[in-house]
Amino acid sequence: MSDFLTPKATPETAPFWAGAAEGVLRIQQCDACGRHYFYPRRFCRYCHSTDVRWTTVSGRARLDSYTINHRPLRGTESLSPVIALVQLEEGPRMLTNIVGVEPDPANLVLDMPLTVDFEPRGDMTVPVFRPASTGSAEGTR
Amino acid sequence: MTSMHGGDIAVIGAAETDELGVLPDISMIELHAQAALNALRDAGVAPADVDGLATAGPLGIEVAHHLGLTPRWVDGTSVGGSSFLLHVRHAAAAIAAGAADVVLITHGESGRSGTGARAYARGPASLTGQFEVPYGALAPYSTFTVPALRFLHDRGMDATDLAEVVVAQREWSSRTPRAMRRELVTADQVLAAPMVAYPFTKDMCCVVTDGGGALVLTRSDRAADFAGGERAIYLLGSGESNEATLVSQMEETTRFRAFQRSSAEAFATSGLTHADIDHLMFYDAFAHLPLYMLEDVGFVGHGESGAFVREGHTRPGGRLPMNTNGGGLAYTHTGMYGMFAIQEAIRQLRGEAAAQVPGLTTSFVQGVGMFFAASASLVLANRRP
Repeated sequence: MSDFLTPKATPETAPFWAGAAEGVLRIQQCDACGRHYFYPRRFCRYCHSTDVRWTTVSGRARLDSYTINHRPLRGTESLSPVIALVQLEEGPRMLTNIVGVEPDPANLVLDMPLTVDFEPRGDMTVPVFRPASTGSAEGTR
Repeated sequence: MTSMHGGDIAVIGAAETDELGVLPDISMIELHAQAALNALRDAGVAPADVDGLATAGPLGIEVAHHLGLTPRWVDGTSVGGSSFLLHVRHAAAAIAAGAADVVLITHGESGRSGTGARAYARGPASLTGQFEVPYGALAPYSTFTVPALRFLHDRGMDATDLAEVVVAQREWSSRTPRAMRRELVTADQVLAAPMVAYPFTKDMCCVVTDGGGALVLTRSDRAADFAGGERAIYLLGSGESNEATLVSQMEETTRFRAFQRSSAEAFATSGLTHADIDHLMFYDAFAHLPLYMLEDVGFVGHGESGAFVREGHTRPGGRLPMNTNGGGLAYTHTGMYGMFAIQEAIRQLRGEAAAQVPGLTTSFVQGVGMFFAASASLVLANRRP
């Protein structure tokens, strides 16, 4: 795997990456307006309150949209070719890979339920998602 | 008092590089320079008369120095392929305010050959480096395209609607000798082309080329001082807006609110309505973008974009000709296509286009940049209101 695929934490995002390394999906929630948000910031992206905290979320999501990449750039061939937009049960959307399923449109139905899983990228761990029906989040692709 | 809108500012020079396409023997900065000199010649403006410069890619001061210019106003707004639309708008404001009299806007990019190109690196601690790159979301064809399936799904549309955009635009490019892809195609042929990133086949993705273009702007009441003033094209209105620099952080997957905001401002400042627009240049790095734009800019209702294109309204002879050079999908796409969208609007309004539409007076140019991050809109006309 290529080095450029390895994310580097900033002070603001470190709890997200520490959570991923522990196998949990951790994002921020605003205590002023109650909303979850992503990506990490020192303030709520909706109401700009700084009264925010980290919370572990369910890891449940739905498939919003995706592409199946037939032309991976050099160094990315080992990744799932399914580059997807998922919406977490708590509201925020994030980009990810869909794993644990053959990359065929027939297996990737929009709105299908997903559950979080984790994959290594160099010395970091990133959240990915798999169809909720394909077993535990402990498995690997 | 001069306004930035309403036709008080004119484009008096517009030109592209001598050639477009695969040009490994000319560096990026020289593509800027060649386009600039061609546009100045087109305008009848001497380099010494230029006192404002805007560009994206290299710094404005790099292009200025390369050309031997010392402008008193420089704009380096860099929001991907839409940058040059913003430069027109910013230059108009600067000229109206008296910060510059004659502004040169340049684009040059060795997007195909990489000759003398700048390294394009995204650090692993950047937002993209943390939240997109680890998933292989690097190339535009596998990233800019991610929202498209949802857009189509929610409207009862499918990949055939993407293919129909290509079919329509090839009718234009087939009449355009400088276009890279000129073969007429059917929807079935487009759908059967090699898959790049499902649901996008090769023909639904832009060409990748080398080239450049440049514009010269001044006050309309000064246009007659220059030879290019006889073919002046006027800025009636403009707008710009932004949204997420990460595709995943669009407010809504199925519409781009920045298109809605910037186009609404362009209409409001121009005083025109949709019915007044004769011609569209809608930035098409990929085939879903004209569909988003037709709906978000308001030329058709929600879910009507696919049928509008399929029924031929944007083709030669249609009531709203769109992307009449063939677009980024067929004409050229250096990486920042916006300059070429403006160039074709100006050619059409001057009556000098390869696939000329008769009787045009207005054109609406809609740009997009850095995937779904930036939007800019221009309303241009060949007569002052």
